[in-house]
Amino acid sequence: MNDDSVYDGLLGGDSSQWAFGTDFEDPLAGVDTTVPDGVHAAELAGLCLRLGDDALVLSQRLAEWCSRAPELEEDIALANFALDLLGQARLLLARAAAADPSIVPVLPEGSPVPAEDALAFFREAGQFRNVRMAEVPNGDFAHVVVRLLLFSLVRLATLERLTGSPDAVLAAIAAKGVKELTYHRDWAGRWFVTCAQGTDESRRRLLTALDQLWPLYDELFTTDDLRAGTDVVLDQVLAVAGVPRPQLAPLGGAGTHTEALSLMLAEMQVVARAHPMGRW
Amino acid sequence: MNVRERAAAVAAQVRDPEMPMLTLADLGVLRDVAVQDDVVVASITPTYSGCPAMATMRDDLVHRLTDAGFARVRVRVVLSPAWSSDWITDAGRAALRAAGLSPPVPAPAVTGPVPLTLGTTRRALTCPRCGSGRTSRVSEFGATACKALYRCDDCLESFDHIKEI
Repeated sequence: MNDDSVYDGLLGGDSSQWAFGTDFEDPLAGVDTTVPDGVHAAELAGLCLRLGDDALVLSQRLAEWCSRAPELEEDIALANFALDLLGQARLLLARAAAADPSIVPVLPEGSPVPAEDALAFFREAGQFRNVRMAEVPNGDFAHVVVRLLLFSLVRLATLERLTGSPDAVLAAIAAKGVKELTYHRDWAGRWFVTCAQGTDESRRRLLTALDQLWPLYDELFTTDDLRAGTDVVLDQVLAVAGVPRPQLAPLGGAGTHTEALSLMLAEMQVVARAHPMGRW
Repeated sequence: MNVRERAAAVAAQVRDPEMPMLTLADLGVLRDVAVQDDVVVASITPTYSGCPAMATMRDDLVHRLTDAGFARVRVRVVLSPAWSSDWITDAGRAALRAAGLSPPVPAPAVTGPVPLTLGTTRRALTCPRCGSGRTSRVSEFGATACKALYRCDDCLESFDHIKEI
């Protein structure tokens, strides 16, 4: 066995084992990414970037929960959602880059960094298109429950609609995402009811988190016609939980970011930025 | 057997890296094998958006086909239709049971807006080890995205259940 790496003896000469991270692949390998007639490439790229950034940033926040949830089962659930969103982000950022290559940050010549990684790791906070609901720092368990409920409600409705997108690639990514968001929303809805109907303390924490996050809810709606469908489901959860709908006004500044995003990105991007020529 | 059939037979033997009792064909991940201008083109689809095994599946397909004498191999991703646990074959379900895993029941068919489910997910499962119908769910989320953890209330062994999607 080679002393240089403890893994060398385990691989049996096959260096392609994913568990040790030597190789990644184009998530859209062989997929026809030609922008269809009648679809505006820059608009499609912008839409995919926004949906991809929402998924990437919330995925990073959920990953911060690893080893910190109140129960092992819920820790695994949150990591599972983080992985789903990371997968959606990879596909969406790759789709955005293929539709409009001009959005991809330029790296040193010969850099092996794929387009979706260049978008994830080499943009500044101001270039990210995500909503603030995805980026604000984590709080307690009630906070992640409320955040996931409000986020998943609107993302599921958005992706359901996009299954009919004239762009077949986006439509396929959306159809797959619908299956995943279904159990994200169910999980968050169940815990919302559990916290609301649990102890005085769990209900107090839930209502506090709801008041904190509600002003950011309005920013999730890019078109008003998404509201009717999501309101029905939200009202269903609120009714079962016995929680009144908050009466707080939306926070202004939609489309901008909080300071928390740049701090989060500093940690998320530091290794990739230090090694733009790195092979992983 | 023509070239395409030979290539398809080789590809059909490649196993899933996370559940090696299943071939990619049994899992429903291998969608197609074609030969275009001397290039074998194998099409695979991810089980979940974030499935980390896609790169290994691709490498394994390339290695096995190359070893079998196909000089030029390409693996392409197919995103539509999205993978469903219903695509696991009968042979795959038998292999899962033989390995102590519980195969999925039929996935719910959704037409129209996706309904909210606030109740706990309940499934009538049989223990893959002793066949008892008395089982309890331990965790809806498990070792990989596709599994939930259950326990048999008779033989007391825990087992993984492949979730419906």
